[in-house]
Amino acid sequence: MSLLIATLAIGLVFAILALGVYLSFRVYQIPDMTADGSFPLGAAIAARMLKEGADPVTATATGVAVGALAGVVTGIIHTRFKVNAILAGILVMTALYSVNLRIMGASNLPITAGTLFTPFDDAARAMLGAETTIIGRPVPSNDIGLLAASAIFVATIATLLILFLKTELGAAMRATGDNARMLRALGTSTDRMIVVGLALSNGLVALAGALFAQMQGFADAQMGIGVIVLGLASVILGQTLVGPVRSVSLGVAGAVMGAVLFRLLVAIAIRMGLDANDLKLVTAVVVLAAIVGPGQVKEFRARRARTRLRKEEAHAAA
Amino acid sequence: MLRLERVRKTFNPGTANEVRALAGVDLTIEDGSFTVVIGTNGSGKSTLQGAISGAFSLDAGRIVLGSHGQAADITDWPEHRRAHRIGRVFQDPFAGTAPDLSVAENLALASKRGSLRTLAPLLRGANRGHWRELLAQIGLGLENRLDDPIGLLSGGQRQSITLLMATLTKPSLLLLDEHTAALDPRSAELVIGLTERLVRQSRATTLMVTHSMQQAASLGDRLIAMHRGRVYLDVAGAEKQRLTESDLLGLFTQMRRDDRFDDAACAAVRAHYR
Repeated sequence: MSLLIATLAIGLVFAILALGVYLSFRVYQIPDMTADGSFPLGAAIAARMLKEGADPVTATATGVAVGALAGVVTGIIHTRFKVNAILAGILVMTALYSVNLRIMGASNLPITAGTLFTPFDDAARAMLGAETTIIGRPVPSNDIGLLAASAIFVATIATLLILFLKTELGAAMRATGDNARMLRALGTSTDRMIVVGLALSNGLVALAGALFAQMQGFADAQMGIGVIVLGLASVILGQTLVGPVRSVSLGVAGAVMGAVLFRLLVAIAIRMGLDANDLKLVTAVVVLAAIVGPGQVKEFRARRARTRLRKEEAHAAA
Repeated sequence: MLRLERVRKTFNPGTANEVRALAGVDLTIEDGSFTVVIGTNGSGKSTLQGAISGAFSLDAGRIVLGSHGQAADITDWPEHRRAHRIGRVFQDPFAGTAPDLSVAENLALASKRGSLRTLAPLLRGANRGHWRELLAQIGLGLENRLDDPIGLLSGGQRQSITLLMATLTKPSLLLLDEHTAALDPRSAELVIGLTERLVRQSRATTLMVTHSMQQAASLGDRLIAMHRGRVYLDVAGAEKQRLTESDLLGLFTQMRRDDRFDDAACAAVRAHYR
């Protein structure tokens, strides 16, 4: 039970990552590799600032702001200098690896001070004692605090994102991904929209990184590896959950559900004996299958139908 | 007013695919006029629109848009900045609208043409009653579909809405680039009817490229025929009104006849008789 609750809490933090990837991948059709660098960037800044005695809100907010800046850099490399979006992301991600090491001063930085989660932790302990029972099983109450905190964070961020996507700016960003030529013909610079969108996306990814570090109690230079694929897996899984919808609210909700479900599936797979070292391989294969699978199945069915028709015709002729 | 001065554009210069699309075009379009542009394939009629809308930069020449105190040299403006003053409808009926956004959202984005996209809710204070009236004008029952994703509508319906969007803010210039060429005949007729009505209502200065000789003969108060990157014929007023479809077909035959005696042919003949 404790494992389940911890899994859900981590899943909800990764839901914020999924929202960032939703923005770049679903809205702009750009799989933004910057995420692999901005996730640990948010974590590194939060950890370093907490170590220097900053309060958790300032530490987290600074992580988000600098993460957004990383997105701006990728956006400018892509739009101003016409570098392919994926290459632009890879360049920034690679540069950020060094930046993150500089920020942390080591490849791993533990967080010992109070975090954004501490008040929730304390509240849960005050209300429930050190341990409580759910459906007859003992659960440490700080896990409940973690879960409640992550749920509140995700609900807030998701609501803000939905509201944002319905503003003039948000709708212009959606239109950029949908039909850039149209938005330019309506007098708006799509380049600027892409820069703003990537800033927002990487701000969210950095927020997820900052929260994840505070939840785990450390930031690590390696924690960004495969983050973009993890985000894509969540978004694609979410898309299959809610169907091919055009609604913004459902799309955002799908990304959140996809992230949590993916985390649950991973926990179950590891419980059933999957070697944790194989996790990234499995994730990549799952994402690939989800992307190419539907098309391949359709093609296979069409070919089989053609073969059957040909046989029937041959039969009729004979 | 729109003024083009010695506008030149060559695509893929110095390669086997070199195309001299605009070979020095001088053109002045007066405010409130409705000019129809026709031309042979590769005559530069669509390139002319691209040059005005800013789809590419010119090799030479300049373009000035607006009259009196508002005139501005837009030659070096990026496409989106020119769009503050220019409404456009493309040949592809799906190019002018964002499919995942609702009809209302598309109209709202167009009603804020050229202004900064802010954090205000897009549809707050939207003039839905006015939009419904405009949509009802089209006569396809679109007034009840404000909240449907526009991607669910047909090409003709979407092109009609694009036309509304292009004229919603009364731009200085309306560019129509063969905007009925990709529609079925009935939709094309509908869109042309709407074009006539909207242009008359908004008194927008209009430049319409068309492949249809029928449209060219019946619409507009001025006709320009392009050939080989130049203005071949430019008629207005009563002379334009007298032009018939068969006159225009005759014009095309004449242009093709001229074509047979182009520079290359001249050189070949000259060499032969030397």
